[in-house]
Amino acid sequence: MPKSLISINDFSKEDILHILSVAREMEANKTQRLLEGKVVACLFFEPSTRTRLSFETAAKRLGAKVIGFSDVTNTSISKGETLKDTIKMVSNYVDIIVMRHPLEGAARYASEVCDLPVVNAGDGANQHPSQTLLDLYTILQTQGRLDKVTINMVGDLKYGRTVHSLLQAMSHFDPTFIFTAPDALRMPAEYKTFLQKRGIPYTETDSLSEHLCDCDILYMTRVQQERFSDPMEYERFKDVYRLEKSMLTGVRENMKILHPLPRVGEIAEDVDNTPYAYYFKQAENGMYVRMSIIACLLGYK
Amino acid sequence: MSERNTQLKVSAIKDGTVLDHIPAGRLFQVVDILDLSHCSNPVTIGVNLESKSQGRKGIIKIADRFFEDEELSRIALAAPEATVNIIKDYQVVSKKKIELPAEVVGIAKCSNPMCVTNNQDVPTRFTTVVEGEKVKLLCHYCEKTTEEFVPLRH
Repeated sequence: MPKSLISINDFSKEDILHILSVAREMEANKTQRLLEGKVVACLFFEPSTRTRLSFETAAKRLGAKVIGFSDVTNTSISKGETLKDTIKMVSNYVDIIVMRHPLEGAARYASEVCDLPVVNAGDGANQHPSQTLLDLYTILQTQGRLDKVTINMVGDLKYGRTVHSLLQAMSHFDPTFIFTAPDALRMPAEYKTFLQKRGIPYTETDSLSEHLCDCDILYMTRVQQERFSDPMEYERFKDVYRLEKSMLTGVRENMKILHPLPRVGEIAEDVDNTPYAYYFKQAENGMYVRMSIIACLLGYK
Repeated sequence: MSERNTQLKVSAIKDGTVLDHIPAGRLFQVVDILDLSHCSNPVTIGVNLESKSQGRKGIIKIADRFFEDEELSRIALAAPEATVNIIKDYQVVSKKKIELPAEVVGIAKCSNPMCVTNNQDVPTRFTTVVEGEKVKLLCHYCEKTTEEFVPLRH
């Protein structure tokens, strides 16, 4: 297993399956004092409440202490300290670094300037590998397998980093993809080429209702305002898809709806009480997967 | 001897390296890649010279300097069709082929403005990806592909 978790592409199929199997142990036994006496740094150079709380809780459930910051306002970074200096300083204090940074490649760079394991909790629009691993864990949990699953990805497939990483990670498991997106937000050609080279089938549509009944996983995403330079364009697309309970007639029994959250309007609240809604459980799974990631990178599992 | 001088339109060098058949528009990129603006040897640069095969070409002659293969391989990013002639006592003693390096460190600029290399003091690092005639650069940090080579300024 690599020293750090920076990009999902660094992890082999075996590495991924190992993280998922340890995560299952963590879910079965939610408090394990494996990391008694260890210190985990959670460095959030840009705010992300959900991811930070998930990582901090994961570390604490393993018995570790947590230090860090949740934004840079009152830190030496606001005085102009370089990323390298911050990482070098913190690496003297702790056993592992979890970091989110607005610059793409920041986590990779951090892993090169210190000897500690680094977990990338998001580097701008690039990678967010713990999200990908928790998505895989959730697919495995709901379908009983990762192989030969049909995944319908919905929403902003052009800028959405979670769908790109999930696509790459799932390529190990012989999947079928459906891409549901408006024309302007379609899956980029480089990812379609990636699938073609591996003989992985996919179909594209701009209609949400078209493939609701022939998928195992409906992976909904939010159209992210921050990815649009033109506010008029965002207005045009922000409500392009809205999933409602009435649309779910005739879907496969095993079908589960996932969403990296937060949602805005893509999933109506009346979907929450259907047997297909799984996004809150998916978020909970994030904690077990992050426990697994920290324990594995520190060599305890 | 004198006939060759006339053809090349720039003065011959006794010993050194001649980089020929550089596409005219890429000449100054090659100058940047080899950091020739900080070179104290005599350097002759010719640009927009007539070429039978290329239309307009560039040529660079560096007296008394012989490059490592690794240095020369960097030229492949800007001018893969360039030829390298090693001159000893006014004669071409060897020609070298430019090989595209698998990895490019500290030469090219990443085209992604949000890449850490464009915002912190981090040397750039790419793997080269050949797609047909084109050479693309895959950034080691932000994982984005740079389509057009732009040299880092020294």
